[in-house]
Amino acid sequence: MTSLDHAVHRTIGGTADTTVDTAKLRADFPLLSRTVRDNRPLVYLDSGATSQRPRQVLDAERAFLEQHNAAVHRGAHQIAEEATDAYESARARIAAFVGAEPGEVVFTKNATEGINLVAYALGNASIGDVDAEVAARFAVGPGDEIVVTEMEHHANLVPWQELCRRTGATLRWFAVDTAAGRLDLGSDPITERTKVVAFTHQSNVLGTVNPVDELVARARAVGALTVLDSCQSVPHAPVNLSTLGVDYAVFSGHKMLGPSGVGVLYGREELLAAMPPFLTGGSMIELVRMEGSTYAPPPQRFEAGVPMTSQAVGLAAAVDYLSTIGMDRVAAHERMLTEAALTGLAQVPGVRVIGPTSTEDRGGAVSFLVDEVHAHDVGQVLDDRGVAVRVGHHCAWPLHRRYEVAATVRASFAVYNTLDEVAALIDGVHAARSFFGVG
Amino acid sequence: MQLNQMYQEIILDHYRNPHGAGLREPFDAESFQVNPTCGDEVTLRVALKRDDAGVQVVADISYDALGCSISQAATSVLTDLVVGRTVDESMTILDAFKEMVQSRGTIEPDEDVLGDGIAFAGVARYPARVKCALLGWMAYQDATARAMSGSPSEASGNGAS
Repeated sequence: MTSLDHAVHRTIGGTADTTVDTAKLRADFPLLSRTVRDNRPLVYLDSGATSQRPRQVLDAERAFLEQHNAAVHRGAHQIAEEATDAYESARARIAAFVGAEPGEVVFTKNATEGINLVAYALGNASIGDVDAEVAARFAVGPGDEIVVTEMEHHANLVPWQELCRRTGATLRWFAVDTAAGRLDLGSDPITERTKVVAFTHQSNVLGTVNPVDELVARARAVGALTVLDSCQSVPHAPVNLSTLGVDYAVFSGHKMLGPSGVGVLYGREELLAAMPPFLTGGSMIELVRMEGSTYAPPPQRFEAGVPMTSQAVGLAAAVDYLSTIGMDRVAAHERMLTEAALTGLAQVPGVRVIGPTSTEDRGGAVSFLVDEVHAHDVGQVLDDRGVAVRVGHHCAWPLHRRYEVAATVRASFAVYNTLDEVAALIDGVHAARSFFGVG
Repeated sequence: MQLNQMYQEIILDHYRNPHGAGLREPFDAESFQVNPTCGDEVTLRVALKRDDAGVQVVADISYDALGCSISQAATSVLTDLVVGRTVDESMTILDAFKEMVQSRGTIEPDEDVLGDGIAFAGVARYPARVKCALLGWMAYQDATARAMSGSPSEASGNGAS
C-alpha cells in the first residue's frame, strides 16, 4: 500500500467531511462555464492531459507580473528582492505540499524535463573527467541496467532508452498483467546490475496506483536509485514524497490546477548535493574562470538561466487552493466520480475498461474500448455532445500494444468534476454506439 | 447536429464495407504509415501497369488498415477514385483531396475530380481528424513514389503529415 491509498482509506473510513461543494468550486474556474459545439455546456473530462486553472491561480500570476516582476537571484534592487522572495516562497509552499524540504525542489519547465534532468545528470556522471565519488554513485555503463515498467508514459520511458543508448546500459522492464491492469511484480527484472528503477505512481491510462513501498524496497535492496513519476498522483491525493522514500520524483504544474511551463523535480537533499548538473550557464554557478567553473549548491545548480517565475508563483497558488480544499477530500471526491464511471461503463454493452475495475489502489483515469467503434469515433460523438475526453494512446504506446489495441478513450477527473458529468459521459457512450449502429 | 456533417452516409457506408481491402499480389511498392498521435496505421500496396500508349496506370491498390471510420473510409474512397487512372491523374486527385481536407472548410470541393471524396469536406472542419483522412492517401503517395523510383518496400512510417 502506498501513502496515496492510506490517505484515501483514512478519509473514507474516518470522520472527515469528504464532500466537495462543486457548484461553489466551479465558479472559480471561468473555462468550465463555457459552451462548445453548438452551445453545449462543456463537460471537461481531460484533466489527466491538462487541468483547468482557478481564478486564484490566474490572479496570483497577474498580481506578481503587475507588482513584483524581475529576474530572480540577481540584482539588488527592491523589485528583484520581491521577485526572489515570491519565487522562493513558492518553492517552500510547493515543497511542503509534497512533504519535501525547499532545497529538494527544483523547478523545471515540466515533468518531462525533470526526468530528462536526472537521466542527463547520470549520463554526465558517466562520461569524461568525472570525480571518482560522483562516478561511483551516479555513472551507468555497459553491464548496468535501468528498470522501467510497461505502463510508463513516454516521458518516463524514452529518456531512459536514450540514456541506455548513450552509455551502453541495458533497459529492462516490469510487465503489465493485462487482466488485473497492474504491474506483474513476478516479472521483476531488478538485479544487482540495476542502477535505476523508474516507475509511475499512478498510471495515466489504467489509473493503477503502483505499490511504491514494495518497488522502493526492491530497488534499495540492490542499491538502485528510484525515480517516481507522480504527475497523476500529486494533483489527486495526498502525497508525501519523503515518506514514500523515493530518491527522485517529478510532477507538472498544469496537471494540478497550475500553469504550464513549470514542473518540479524532487530529489533527496544529499543526492542533489552530489549530482552533476544537466543544463549549465548563468545562475547555477559558484565560480567561473576561463579554464573551468564550479557549481552552486542545489537547487540552484539545476536551474540554469532566468527561471519561469510567474508560473512558479501560480503553481504555489494552485497548491494553496488544493490545500484549502484538502487533499483527502479531493481524493475522496475523485474516488466517488471514478466509482460512478466504472459502474456506469460496466452497464454499457460492449464496453471494456482497460485497467482495474474497482477503485481500490486506483485513481481517476478511466480508459475504455467500445466494441466495433474506434476510440476516435467515440471521442467525436462525445465532443459533439460537449464532452471532452482524450482518445489515442495517451503517450503510452507500449502499454496499448501490450493490450493489443491501437487506441482507447480516456476520461480523467479532477476535483471540479461532478456526477452529472459522469452521467453525460455514460450517455455519450450509449449515443456513440447508437450512432455507429452497434447499440 | 454537426456529427452528420462529418459522418456522411457515404463515409459510414465505406467504413462498413471498405472497397479494395486486404493485401494482394503482385505489387510494385508498399508503404507503411502510422499516425503518431493515435497509433492508427495502414500498410498499402500499389501495382502499376503501362497502358497501350505506354503511360503508367494504377492497376491495383490493396491495403491492411487499423483505424477509425474516417481513415478506413478515406482509404476505401481512394481506391475507388484512383484505380484505373493514370499516375498523373491520381496525383491531381490526391492534391485536390489534400487541399480540401486541409482547408478548414474554406474550399468548395469539385465533385468531378473527387467523386465520393467530397463527403470528407466536413472532416476539414475538425483539424484533429485531418490526419485520419489523409493516412491512406499519404501511404498511396509514398508507395507510388517508391514504385516509380524502384525502391519498393522500405517502410517509412514517418507519419501522415
